[in-house]
Amino acid sequence: MGQQMDMLRFATAGSVDDGKSTLIGRLLYDSKAIFSDQLEAVEKASAAKGDDYVNLALLTDGLRAEREQGITIDVAYRYFATPRRKFVIADTPGHVQYTRNMVTGASTADLAIVLVDARKGLVEQSRRHAFIATLLRVPHVVLAVNKMDLVDFSADVFDEIADEFTRFATKLEVNDLTVIPISALHGDNIVARSPNMPWYEGSSLLHHLEHVHVSSDRNLVDVRFPVQYVIRPQSVDHPDYRGYAGTVASGVLKPGDEVMVLPSGLTSRIAAIETIDGPVAEAFPPMAVTVRLADELDISRGDMICRPLNAPEPQKSVEAMVCWMDPDPLRVGRKLAIKHTTRSARAMVKTLHYRLDVNTLHRDLDADALALNEIGRISLRVTQPLFADPYRRNRATGGFILIDEATNVTVGAGMIMDPTPSVQPPYTEYAI
Amino acid sequence: MTTHAPSRGYRLSQLETLESESIHVFREVAAELEHPVLLFSGGKDSIVMLRLAQKAFWPARIPFPVMHVDTGHNFPEVLEFRDRRVAELGVQLVVASVPEALAAGTVTEPPDGTRNRIQTPVLLDALERGRFTAAFGGARRDEDKARAKERIFSFRDDFGQWDPKNQRPELWSLYNGRIHAGESIRVFPLSNWTELDVWHYVRREGIDLPSIYYAHQRDVFERDGMLYASNEFARPRPGETVFTARVRYRTVGDASLTAAVLSDADTIDKVIDEVAATRVTERGATRGDDKFSEAAMEDRKREGYF
Repeated sequence: MGQQMDMLRFATAGSVDDGKSTLIGRLLYDSKAIFSDQLEAVEKASAAKGDDYVNLALLTDGLRAEREQGITIDVAYRYFATPRRKFVIADTPGHVQYTRNMVTGASTADLAIVLVDARKGLVEQSRRHAFIATLLRVPHVVLAVNKMDLVDFSADVFDEIADEFTRFATKLEVNDLTVIPISALHGDNIVARSPNMPWYEGSSLLHHLEHVHVSSDRNLVDVRFPVQYVIRPQSVDHPDYRGYAGTVASGVLKPGDEVMVLPSGLTSRIAAIETIDGPVAEAFPPMAVTVRLADELDISRGDMICRPLNAPEPQKSVEAMVCWMDPDPLRVGRKLAIKHTTRSARAMVKTLHYRLDVNTLHRDLDADALALNEIGRISLRVTQPLFADPYRRNRATGGFILIDEATNVTVGAGMIMDPTPSVQPPYTEYAI
Repeated sequence: MTTHAPSRGYRLSQLETLESESIHVFREVAAELEHPVLLFSGGKDSIVMLRLAQKAFWPARIPFPVMHVDTGHNFPEVLEFRDRRVAELGVQLVVASVPEALAAGTVTEPPDGTRNRIQTPVLLDALERGRFTAAFGGARRDEDKARAKERIFSFRDDFGQWDPKNQRPELWSLYNGRIHAGESIRVFPLSNWTELDVWHYVRREGIDLPSIYYAHQRDVFERDGMLYASNEFARPRPGETVFTARVRYRTVGDASLTAAVLSDADTIDKVIDEVAATRVTERGATRGDDKFSEAAMEDRKREGYF
């Protein structure tokens, strides 16, 4: 095992009440990713606190403040593997005051698990989690209907929740939705299909995680290679070597391909794609490689290598959905630093179009600020053109972060919208 | 979404994905921060880091020095390895010496003789003197629950402290390395690697490691359920008897604090089988320093520890 398996990143959001920690604990435990010394420490801590049961949340809540308050505050990353796949869990809190942490966890996820309590059905929080997953374009969503044991494993209860959520998900443009009835506490439909729910014909949660097809989620069409670092050894062995190092954001690059470099617009051919291990015949995301071109062009960090007939439009004015992450609110006129691919620039907030209520999806057109954890649609004016694609087409070239120039703190995350928003049908506008 | 080309073939294994992401991190730091340094202990994680750094900048040399925080309690095999590897790569070695700091009186030896905690001021002092604005560390999130919460670019204030409740959000692969004078970033390129990933990578790359990672005969004694080498840094107390056992080290740190595990794994394949089957974490099995409290690592990290 080990060498050839691929990786799946998934995000979970929720609190102890939803059974999120129990679910994660169950997945880790059943895949033998919890070690005996970790379990012993948790058992000791649970006993010391007087808990009636072994509190698996203590395993994931890594900070003193989290254990003291009994809540998840920050994103934690957890790892487990089966013979088929390695899994990276971004374990995030579920309350609205931690929306920014959910957004962070979802930004790199291939799949999001939205947990609901079968007794309660869909609640505000489950809608919000689903919305954040679609806002960040997480390609696969699983609705895990938990605590089925507490509703007598009822198919009717499950169907009702599944139907309601499916209707809601259609509004959000969820690409791939799977609904699974589970009991995290008892392990029903976690690793193996549960004999308690013979009416359920789908796969267990772990089976789904192991088999969900993620390689087609990447954009292999639009060649985008943000130049990250220019390699010039200036050594005796390589006196004239000049290579452009970076990570393929999208598309497939091959030696011989004609390419265009932005912002200059100059064209050349790929002479070679190289790594220390030898030449590469094809480079695709997320490979980190070094590209050499046939011609000597003036190229530096922040430039973008693409194809002459498929290049992003340089934009000095971008429209985006942003999640605000700082206590000091975002207002029109505010100046910020922006980082997009390997390019850094300054930006000014020109317009705040609306603030979105993440629970109801209602748009407040009168909003004059975005406070911490709020999401809204803005226009930015940028000092340097960004070589961007709409986020819905390309997560790597459609996302950016905003940085406060005084404190250097990351204060916002943005997802660039299609340039022609007015032609979209109304119900898909909040799903970017 | 968009119509994508057939996916068959355009697939990276998880090890290749991890490698690419780590290389991306190295390049990002070299591009954005002026004076990085790589913290090199001679342990397997820092050896893998050094290999990834070599890949990130090839055919150029690694564009930053490496730093060894030397507690003075070293396994000779590891020091020998450090010097050989540094010479092969042609990188500069900076040694931050705990014995020198003790001699100069900038730190004092704790009564129990363990030097884990006094490494921190020595490290911070060396970073400050070298004017290093970024330090690569080999820590992994699977090692400890406080580490599981830490960013890949982990901001440190001008006292070198980590504030776990006030971390910068880290989205996509957009890292924020902006700092003011005196502040710094600790960078953890192996954050998403597990112990098993590191070993698989060692095998795939044919990476040479200090011999103590593989099973060998050693004189040891048992303390708190762990096996310590009996040598000049760790002597048995009354009641602890020395015996010869076949052991290997799962982690390599301060020789007075790092315990060995019983093992017959004398090849990389056997080590991988052993690590895959183990039911105890590597720090739990080998580090006396982590057993103090549930928040031992969080507290040390707040002070500026690795």
